[in-house]
Amino acid sequence: MRILVSFIVGSLFGVGLLVSGMTNTTKVQGWLDIFGDWDPTLAFVMGGAILPMAIAWRMTQGRKPVLSDQFPAKPDPRLGRNLVVGSTVFGMGWGLAGLCPGPALASLSFGGIGGVLFLTAMLAGMAMAPVLRARLDQAGAAV
Amino acid sequence: MQSDWLLGLAGGGLIGLAAAMFLLVNGKIMGASGIIGGLVDGSGRGDWQERAALIAGLILAPALVILAMGGSATQLTENWLVVVIAGVLVGIGTRLANGCTSGHGVCGISRLSLRGIVATAFYIGAGGLTIVVFKHLLGVI
Repeated sequence: MRILVSFIVGSLFGVGLLVSGMTNTTKVQGWLDIFGDWDPTLAFVMGGAILPMAIAWRMTQGRKPVLSDQFPAKPDPRLGRNLVVGSTVFGMGWGLAGLCPGPALASLSFGGIGGVLFLTAMLAGMAMAPVLRARLDQAGAAV
Repeated sequence: MQSDWLLGLAGGGLIGLAAAMFLLVNGKIMGASGIIGGLVDGSGRGDWQERAALIAGLILAPALVILAMGGSATQLTENWLVVVIAGVLVGIGTRLANGCTSGHGVCGISRLSLRGIVATAFYIGAGGLTIVVFKHLLGVI
């Protein structure tokens, strides 16, 4: 049952990305292009997504998930260097291509060879991340 | 232009609905990079079926809509070097930061998580600067 729900969630997510225009790299890059022809669409997408999710977080209080035992624990509130370095690195790639992980998958079927290439490179980056994280932690401990 | 904003709001609503459903029913965070990355580095072996099913829906559903109704193209740059570098940066960055636009952005900000807000500020800031440098100054993209 949880697997079926996951499939439905992925489907809604994918159609949402398509409808909102987030599988179109020029709309994402347009949002980041503050000094050029700025496109505010992404703010509407974020707003539209955050609202139902904020209600969902409220509904978690004093309850259990329908199909599992507990809600995800609150993450460690400390910010940490990995969060800042990682987000900066991610933002650079996001700006260069106009794709982030969700839309990279959602546009896979119609994004052409470039889309496949991006996804392959992204998976390679994800595979490298644990090693880099260990290096960064080591460097951090040495400082 | 305004119809784009409305579509953005509607599509965003669907994304939020999906994230809400994943949280309230399966008890999980709908973060694309975490769901994919957990399969890549093996940290998500325990619930790989849920991850795979979500990814299948994420790829197949938009494919069906495009097939049935058409839709806007991805318009990814044809500079393959840029595509590869961008992909690697997105892969490394989202895993180091433990989240991307869906995890930190949608799921994090909606619970007023400081981590989500800071991450979002940094990736939008870095993305904006990248556009300034590589589009307006260097003209590469």
